Amino acid sequence: MIKGWLWKISGLLLVFYSIIAGLLIHVPELPVVHQTIRNLFFHVPMWFAMFFMFGTSLVYSIRYLGSMKLKDDLVASQSVSTGLLFGVLGLLTGMIWAKFTWGDFWTNDPQLTGASVSVIAYVAYLILREAIDENALRAKISAVYNIFAFMLLAIFLGILPRLADSSLHPGKGESPSPMGDLDPMMSLVFFPAAIGWILFAYWVLDIRKRKRIIEMQHQL
Amino acid sequence: MKEIIELIRKDFRLEVRQRYALNAILLYVVSTVFVVQLLFGHIIDDATWIALFWIILLFAAFNAVSKSFVQEHNARWLYYFMLASPVSIVLSKIVYNSLLMIFLGFLSLALYIVFFGFPFHNTLLFYSAFILGCMGLASALTLVSAIASSAGNNTVLMAILGFPIVIPLLLLVIKAFVMALQVTISPQDIIKILVSLFLIVAIIVILAVILFPYLWRK
Repeated sequence: MIKGWLWKISGLLLVFYSIIAGLLIHVPELPVVHQTIRNLFFHVPMWFAMFFMFGTSLVYSIRYLGSMKLKDDLVASQSVSTGLLFGVLGLLTGMIWAKFTWGDFWTNDPQLTGASVSVIAYVAYLILREAIDENALRAKISAVYNIFAFMLLAIFLGILPRLADSSLHPGKGESPSPMGDLDPMMSLVFFPAAIGWILFAYWVLDIRKRKRIIEMQHQL
Repeated sequence: MKEIIELIRKDFRLEVRQRYALNAILLYVVSTVFVVQLLFGHIIDDATWIALFWIILLFAAFNAVSKSFVQEHNARWLYYFMLASPVSIVLSKIVYNSLLMIFLGFLSLALYIVFFGFPFHNTLLFYSAFILGCMGLASALTLVSAIASSAGNNTVLMAILGFPIVIPLLLLVIKAFVMALQVTISPQDIIKILVSLFLIVAIIVILAVILFPYLWRK
């Protein structure tokens, strides 16, 4: 049997629900975005899942510095990889959306800067891990870097939109707030989609973690 | 406190004794400014002024700060380990590197003004953002250099790890510089940006002090 099957299956069902309902429900006719508004159900949950993964990685990095157990380090590194997967998917879905609404794959927008800097920082984290051979030393150094990078990125993402004069993303600058005027019909799909993708991300993390543990046992 | 001052004096003496390192960075700054002058001529627009200035300073910072932990041998580390606490070591390095960066920064600024002029109107905002930016670069790169040196003194690693960390700071400083170009700015805006700059520098220093002891124990 699948361990903890309840949340895994419900995550999967929510994702399926959001894909089917997201493509079928009636969405409000808005200028410029039109039907591409449906991408909201896919693009935004990717970032939610990414932040949950990076948050998990931060928690486990802090735990590692306290406990010095290699298992905590393993969870931290695997959640970074999983988070990066969702980050790249978030960038890709966003780029496609941007091409059809703003006319370009990439624009100079504070949200895009923040997202790409986060992705670069965590790729650097993975490179740092590969550069060190010894397990305990690698775990310790990468935990330190992870905490340092996460804290600075969190501040950065908090400050950045307020400093920017304008943003193409809703809710920042002159555009209206996104959650306040979300269509009630759409929020019925959006929030389940967000929860579903987050649960799905934890499932991916779980599988990666168990795979890595098996690999490590074989090496020994 | 006395320990920190003693360690800063040691770093300063080392720098004076091995003058080649400092001279190399100075020559780097002079030659890049000169190359920029050759390529761009005299008049450049303000955005280019700011961007090139911080690119030059960023690479000078990488060169200057990266050797702060790399230059120490393993045996000497053991010696420091017995003499001083990790917190005072990292604080002394941060203070020393900040002073070095401010010195290098003002030197490049002077050169830059000679070649390209000074387009800023709000000098108070300019200099406060400038000094905070130099301090922030120095302290962030100090911890990154400690990480890179414990990962086997890899200079490529230093650049890879350093860039994502300094981008937030750099964007804030450049934002402050762009603001300083304007003749009239509301005091609230000035306070807001300087406070955010100060907070980010303070958080970098606090994180460095908390995290460095973990790198230290080998």
